[in-house]
Amino acid sequence: MSSHCAPGGAGASPAPDGTAVVALVGAPNAGKTTIFNALTGLRAKTGNYPGVTVGRARGRCQVAGDTAVEVEDLPGTYSLEPISLDEQITVDLLHGRLEGVDTPDAVVVVADATTLGTSLRLLARVLELGAPTTLALTMYDELVARGGSLDTARLGRALGIPVVVADGRRRSGTADLVGLLGAPQDWPTPVVAPPTGPEESTAWARSVLLTASYRPATESALTARIDRVLLHPVAGVLVFLGVMLAFFETIFVLAAPLQDAIARGISALSGLVTSVAGDSALARLVSEAILGGVGSVLVFVPQIALLFVLIAVLEQVGYLSRAAFLMDRVMAMAGLEGRAFVALLSSFACAIPGIMATRTMPSARERLATMLTLPLVTCSARLPVYLLLVSMLVPADARWWGIGARGVVMFALYLLGAISMMVAARVATWLGRSRHAVLPFTLEMPPYRLPSLRTMAFSVWLPVKGFLRKAGTIILVATVLMWALLNLPTHSAAELRAAGVDPQDSTAVTSYTMQNSLAADVGRAVGPVFEPLGFDWKTNVAVISSLAARETFVATLGQISAAEDPTDPSAALQDSTYDSGPHEGELVYTPATLAALLVFFVFALQCLSTIAVLRRETGRWRWPLTVFGFYFALAWTMALAAHTVVGAVA
Amino acid sequence: MTDGTGVRSLVELPAGGVATVVGIAEAAEPHVARRLVDLGLTPGTAVTVVRRAPLRDPTLYRFGGTSLCLRSAQARHVTVQVG
Repeated sequence: MSSHCAPGGAGASPAPDGTAVVALVGAPNAGKTTIFNALTGLRAKTGNYPGVTVGRARGRCQVAGDTAVEVEDLPGTYSLEPISLDEQITVDLLHGRLEGVDTPDAVVVVADATTLGTSLRLLARVLELGAPTTLALTMYDELVARGGSLDTARLGRALGIPVVVADGRRRSGTADLVGLLGAPQDWPTPVVAPPTGPEESTAWARSVLLTASYRPATESALTARIDRVLLHPVAGVLVFLGVMLAFFETIFVLAAPLQDAIARGISALSGLVTSVAGDSALARLVSEAILGGVGSVLVFVPQIALLFVLIAVLEQVGYLSRAAFLMDRVMAMAGLEGRAFVALLSSFACAIPGIMATRTMPSARERLATMLTLPLVTCSARLPVYLLLVSMLVPADARWWGIGARGVVMFALYLLGAISMMVAARVATWLGRSRHAVLPFTLEMPPYRLPSLRTMAFSVWLPVKGFLRKAGTIILVATVLMWALLNLPTHSAAELRAAGVDPQDSTAVTSYTMQNSLAADVGRAVGPVFEPLGFDWKTNVAVISSLAARETFVATLGQISAAEDPTDPSAALQDSTYDSGPHEGELVYTPATLAALLVFFVFALQCLSTIAVLRRETGRWRWPLTVFGFYFALAWTMALAAHTVVGAVA
Repeated sequence: MTDGTGVRSLVELPAGGVATVVGIAEAAEPHVARRLVDLGLTPGTAVTVVRRAPLRDPTLYRFGGTSLCLRSAQARHVTVQVG
């Protein structure tokens, strides 16, 4: 076969005239996405269907010479009588009822050969639509290896449609399918559509399987043996904890040196810009704002890439389903299901990979509830903020119940984050219950398989590309804006000298610039909002700057207070006092204010990058803006409560 | 539902138990009933209870060449015949 699939054109949203659209339909876990990736290559476009949190993937497949088809990977579905949002999208699209999306000219039903019986009912429903249809069988080699058999030629005759074996894990595995895609109008169609009534359909499926000499695969003996250990109530849980610890360590610890390397590279580049262009305003815009913005986008890439490598390995090997099985009961307490656990765990490193990890969740409703509540989990960017504030609040030698008090407070903050997330998820799923029917939880347990590098490359590249293209631009713009707020207007050397600042002393200049920046005006303007929490205008500026990244709070607070030693701003901060208002001259960072700040950071969605990723993953601004407002109100209220309680006790 | 006929709910089977699906109970919500049928729990299908999760829920079943987990809340709607 000379035709092959190669990454074709950019695959613009509406298919160019004359390009046929082929939809891939299949049950979750049928291997649909692997086939899609093999057909469309690395240039597939991922996003959402208009207005919903249902992921969409579309790409171009070069079938022969200059002929190409658009391939659309539909959400996994068990039937065409939709009971979930994802299935509704599939059905609407197949019927041509989805606005702004082309009606497919042909359908490829992807079915797992080892569990063919279940897929035939779905196939019967698709045939009812009347579009040219082909059946692509995945896992055929596994069927044979596990003692099953199937005569695909006779299956094709019994069904009256083309039947091909397809394997997206190997380069040549989809050649037969590609050969068919060029001319759907020539595909044979069944003389009589199969029955779709429940009993007739079952009888029809049985007779088709009989005609095709189908013998199902026996259960893999190896899988059964491994499961006896990995799903064991004690051994299985221990292995699970070990795997998750390794998982967490990888995205938290292994990513750190890579992130540092990116930060070093960026700062070397800014150094280069400064040395070439001098210390002009334009040079600073390039070296600090733009390069800084690029850095703040790139810094997430190691975590996202590592996370998707790990998820791809665990998913392909089959362990992700086992982990979900073990954790389902625990996650059910939060109104979620087992598959939400990996996203929750990832969020301890950073909410951004965590939110992206929810893509493994099949139910749109639970996925949305998980995404919107993950920002409450204590991410690594909160750690420097907590370390600074806790060190100011609790003396180093304080001990509670014989344990260092600082450690106890840190642990309590982590616990508060996790519990708040579970409670919020419970509320979110409860609020969402009327929007979609509550789906029965189903989780297929695939046999253990070796991972395929080819499949893994796709599962890592597509999310990274999507992040850089969609969220990256928003993060870049936001970072540049934050820089402008904190650094404009600039001051000439004469102005600085007039204000009593030595223009050669860069610490003093930074401090002066920040104290007279646009952000400082904002910090003073929002003073009344934060006054009940005990924040002064400098704290407000630091809180505003932390929107760029939470850990920036520490640096900004240090710079604006002109701390002698920016690496230990706590010492200088301890003595800082209100410079205006009714409390003028009193200490700012009383235990009450510190407690309020800590609690504020537990709840507030103080991260523009998270907002950008929520925008990308939910497909609209409505959700991130709603949760930003909600978490701000929650953070303010809880901080006020903390301020009041600690103020009364201390 | 443990009567002399051996008809009972799927959740009542012990781990390792084998039974044949009779149907989906009337009490099941229509969309749950339909999903269970779509998954392959049709009358006449043989089901094996493979194991329960550490906290007793969900349970792993094997039928029609598939291994599938269901929570008790759904599995209780599946009526089976033992023996």
